[in-house]
Amino acid sequence: MTVKQLSVFVENRPGRLCAVTEALADAGINIRAVSIADTTDFGIMRIIVNDTDKAVTALKERGFIASAANVIAVSADDKPGSMAAIMKTLYNENISVEYMYAAFLNPEKGIACLILRVDNNESAVEALEKSGCKLLSESDIAAV
Amino acid sequence: MAKRYWNEKIECMEFSEMKKLQSERLVKQVKHVWDNVPYYRKKMEEKGITPDDIKGIEDLHKLPFLSKADLRDTYPYGMLAEPLSECVRIHSTSGTTGKRVVAFYTQNDIDMWDDCVARAITAAGGTKEDVCQVAYGFGLFTGGAGLNGGSHKVGCLTLPMSSGNTERQIQFMQDLGATIICCTPSYAAYIGETLHEMGLTPDDIKLKAGIFGAEPWTEEMRREIEKSLGIKAYDIYGLTETSGPGVAFECEEQTGMHINEDNFIAEIIDPDTGEPLPEGSKGELVFTSITKEAFPLLRYRTRDICVLSRKKCSCGRTLIKMTKPMGRSDDMLIIKGVNVFPSQIETVLIKDFKATPNYQIVVDRVGSSDTFEIKIELSDDMFSDTIKDVFTLEKKLSADIVQILGIKAKISLVEPKSIPRSEGKAVRVIDKRKLV
Ligand SMILES: [Zn+2]
Repeated sequence: MTVKQLSVFVENRPGRLCAVTEALADAGINIRAVSIADTTDFGIMRIIVNDTDKAVTALKERGFIASAANVIAVSADDKPGSMAAIMKTLYNENISVEYMYAAFLNPEKGIACLILRVDNNESAVEALEKSGCKLLSESDIAAV
Repeated sequence: MAKRYWNEKIECMEFSEMKKLQSERLVKQVKHVWDNVPYYRKKMEEKGITPDDIKGIEDLHKLPFLSKADLRDTYPYGMLAEPLSECVRIHSTSGTTGKRVVAFYTQNDIDMWDDCVARAITAAGGTKEDVCQVAYGFGLFTGGAGLNGGSHKVGCLTLPMSSGNTERQIQFMQDLGATIICCTPSYAAYIGETLHEMGLTPDDIKLKAGIFGAEPWTEEMRREIEKSLGIKAYDIYGLTETSGPGVAFECEEQTGMHINEDNFIAEIIDPDTGEPLPEGSKGELVFTSITKEAFPLLRYRTRDICVLSRKKCSCGRTLIKMTKPMGRSDDMLIIKGVNVFPSQIETVLIKDFKATPNYQIVVDRVGSSDTFEIKIELSDDMFSDTIKDVFTLEKKLSADIVQILGIKAKISLVEPKSIPRSEGKAVRVIDKRKLV
């Protein structure tokens, strides 16, 4: 089970993040998770939203470059050791994490949610589910 | 069957006969200029020559050159050779390299120009059965008016669209079945992209040919445009100072442009010494207008670097051919002591992207050394969600630039449509060293 993540190319100049978020706001899109990978000249803003297709259209209309990829949204108890357990599960299965970040959404009290971009979604999903982790679906993301 | 030539007698004329025609017209033109343009007369007098010294094209090299600086000095009326009451129109350059140049036209000048463009449209397979969409800018810029006039002359149903509003362009193409498109090559590439974005393919439009000019483009760009619009793409050349597009045009061989030499005598000179060079040499293109009435420039230095050839062409035309300009003697940038033509950079971009990204060269000087940056508009298929992939792309471009130019450039990927365009032309070079 994976969810869609949008990556948006953003130049490092004033007002660009404002323009991206405004485009999403005007289209009534809710951002559920966000992270920015930055270099000296540009950044890639990665977001998970409640309606990916609508978000792509809204961004393209304003001239942004956006691409979609499948990532894993995994929930865990918000307590020491939960994240280490997830990392260990993936490491044991020889799965590389390209990047990860925390989501805004809390499926329920005391539960945290992590977004993972790995080199092999299929085996990662299988390993995480086997280890008892709960993965979120597109509709979970939209509903929470 | 479609007509092969617009004016077969001229376009397929024996060289000896053409030479005779050129000589007659040159002698008459020199007299016309001597009598009516004091500025040029003075230049001739300074060289110690009079119209009597010009007996034919073999004497052409005796005449003084004109350059853009002369046109600025004499702005606006100093080169005018007819009373204003005989003039019916002006056009003007976009002024990208300094002050504007204003050119004047009599009705005969317009007719001659239209005739030149009609030859180009015919060479691209156009007849009165065609629907010709003119998506060059209209106004002072010669592109729109030039192609519009030629299209009327051929008898095409003409769509004077001007540039911009690309979705409407495509809508008209579909609704009115345009078969020929005329615009700048960068705009043609953009129309191709938009067509694709709208979920359409070349099968959804009727275009068969495109006539593109007014800015440098490469063979790779030609193939891309041909593929994205499903057409055969023809080059056209011209400059406001001589009339506009149509000074030279391409035939189906696509190996250079035939010069309308019954109206414009072409020479290649060494840009440094001004000495004429033999046929086949690479040098600066110089034009002498031998039929223009209102604005008859003699030995006008175009600054375009190219090669002329009289090699027999498979299309049957005997008109001399010029290569696509390889650069401009004044657009040539000297960066870190190396000669750089924007067209070289274009070749790299098209090779690496297999598409036509918009780009801009920014040169500056920090302390005593030059900085060299190339901004490139990112497109969907160039973008991936990992920094690593974007860096890999930048590195590849950087390596290819070093390979072709011998110097390193900073590659900056920028957001789509963030490079400014003026009159449909992308602003390719910003040389901040000149602004000091
Ligand atoms: Zn030919």
